[in-house]
Amino acid sequence: MTEYSDFVRQYLTVVIFAGVGIGLGAGLLGIGKIFRPTRPQEQKYLVYESGVDPVGTGWSQSQIRYYIYALLFVMFDVEAVFMFPWATQLEVYGVFGLVEMLIFVAILALGLLYAWRKKVLQWA
Amino acid sequence: MIASVFAQVNVTSATTENGIVHVAGPSIDWLALLPLLILLVGALLTLTFSSFLKGRAPKGLFTWTTVAIAVGAAISAVPMWARVQGWNSLMWWNLDQAQTGPFSTAGGAVGIDGFSLFITVVLCIGVVLAALLADDFLRRESMSGPEFYVLLLLSAVGGVIMAMSNDLIVLFIGLETLSIAVYVLAGMNLRRVQSQESGLKYFILGAFSSAFLLYGIAMLYGATGSTNFVDIREFMASVVPIHNGLLLMGLVLVLVGLAFKISAVPFHAWSPDVYDGAPTPATAWMAAGVKAAAVAGLVRVFMLTFSNYASTWKPIMYVLAILSMVLGAALAIVQSNVKRMLAYSSISHAGFILMAIQANSGNGITAAAFYVAVYTFMVAGSFGVATIVGRKGDGNHELSDYQGLVRSNPWLAGSFILLLLAQAGVPFTAGFFAKFLAITAAADAHAVPLALVAMVSAVISAFLYLRIIVAMFMSGGDDGVEDVPRANRVRVPMAAGLAIGICVVVSVVYGLFPDLLLHNARAATPAAVQFERPATTGSTTAGG
Repeated sequence: MTEYSDFVRQYLTVVIFAGVGIGLGAGLLGIGKIFRPTRPQEQKYLVYESGVDPVGTGWSQSQIRYYIYALLFVMFDVEAVFMFPWATQLEVYGVFGLVEMLIFVAILALGLLYAWRKKVLQWA
Repeated sequence: MIASVFAQVNVTSATTENGIVHVAGPSIDWLALLPLLILLVGALLTLTFSSFLKGRAPKGLFTWTTVAIAVGAAISAVPMWARVQGWNSLMWWNLDQAQTGPFSTAGGAVGIDGFSLFITVVLCIGVVLAALLADDFLRRESMSGPEFYVLLLLSAVGGVIMAMSNDLIVLFIGLETLSIAVYVLAGMNLRRVQSQESGLKYFILGAFSSAFLLYGIAMLYGATGSTNFVDIREFMASVVPIHNGLLLMGLVLVLVGLAFKISAVPFHAWSPDVYDGAPTPATAWMAAGVKAAAVAGLVRVFMLTFSNYASTWKPIMYVLAILSMVLGAALAIVQSNVKRMLAYSSISHAGFILMAIQANSGNGITAAAFYVAVYTFMVAGSFGVATIVGRKGDGNHELSDYQGLVRSNPWLAGSFILLLLAQAGVPFTAGFFAKFLAITAAADAHAVPLALVAMVSAVISAFLYLRIIVAMFMSGGDDGVEDVPRANRVRVPMAAGLAIGICVVVSVVYGLFPDLLLHNARAATPAAVQFERPATTGSTTAGG
């Protein structure tokens, strides 16, 4: 029983942390709400676009081509995420680690090859 | 510093030299992983080479490539089956095997036993059938290209990983590989709004169920201190958990995640919509392959790992089985769309499989394996007929679209009748023995009420199948007009016809000679074999 309650007590830190976090945010916003003057004007409720008057609605469609680029970016992004920790520990894993990473990169390279052959990389 | 931390985790396979801790990779029995590798490499190479093809690919190229890859993977499982079963010779090939029996490889992540190989072969058969059905379908819907087949193969890879998994994390990776490919397959018919809807629905709900599963895995790890099935099994055998809230919660969440994939009530709501909207060959794969893989996951987690903790999970599965069987059969009757009817009937079939699993006995495993194998043929054939009758646009799935099929396409209608009768469990069809084994397993496990409910629900679902059959006998046109059904004749493409033919023949042959399959299903037992860790250089024992 003591072991279990110790285990639960460790989570007390998490609870306190979460409580302080929420309390801080809510408190600061609440204090601001109490002290700031409120003078509503129509212009203040416009969508903020770096100071320029907004054109059209916020729900406009974006080019599907960006989507494919984003997808390819994620591919390399994830590759990098895995490669950094691997690179710091390469000597620990030796040949085994090298081969594993080569297989991983090769599979992603096949994906890039496919994308290239499908003319995804051209801005047409 | 980090290296030394790591060394504590994996002491056994590490050697120290000049202050650097070298971690040796796990030894891998490549031959054992051959079915997996053939499917994976085959899928990747098909995709890559297809992009180098100039102009249009020859008709049927990808279909037959996929069939060849899947058949190759199934054949490569045979030597392993021989090794697991301890055979001395395989036909003319004399095996002089140093080791026989089930074994574990890749650092204990993968377990090769009768059950995993059985499910692997079933999944390969599912791929073959779905690929044959897809051949003409994809041309008809102008979706031709390698992508459908590659996704099919990749999802089969996930299924095989699930079937071979010996670790909760590996199980999860397999499930995700399987699911992500199937989400795309479901939404693949871009010209059909229902297909996109079904892809999105399946994705969102599937992501939820994956989250449940992962949360459950985390809790099981917290409760037992390991994710390895064998370690958990040993832990459960040696420890009587007093504070088992974490364990119960974990088990229930894992059950939710897997029950979603086999679409057991109350986690079934997605399946009629998704089955209806998805391209019909993809539906065939979903009903056959995904269900087989999820059943493999259930068997490995519950019957293998937590078998001596059965008193807690058996009642839950008992209720799930009853709800699935009764509600699946009852809700199917009120449908008017044949694909939705088959979807609800597949929920009912899931209940039967759950009934076999909840028996938690050797007979239960045999029944589950037999059911899954037979069901793959029955359901793939049934959705195969739906693929053809759906006609261009994949939209003609109402009962009225089947009217007059007996006169316009007697062979197609005859095949469908046989497949539906097999699904209903009529004697002398494979479906009868599947249901019989499941009910016997439940009765042997003293779950007589469950067995009775199963029999009642089998009768209810028989009515549903008869409804489809009667619709096919009804005249397609006004009374007295004989020409209309002839005009409605649908062309049966060669590959799809072959697939349906295989399904019909198998459903009948296994119904007449069930021992052919039963013999293998009896040998398809999962085994908990501890991975033999390599001899340690230090005196320390396994950490963790």
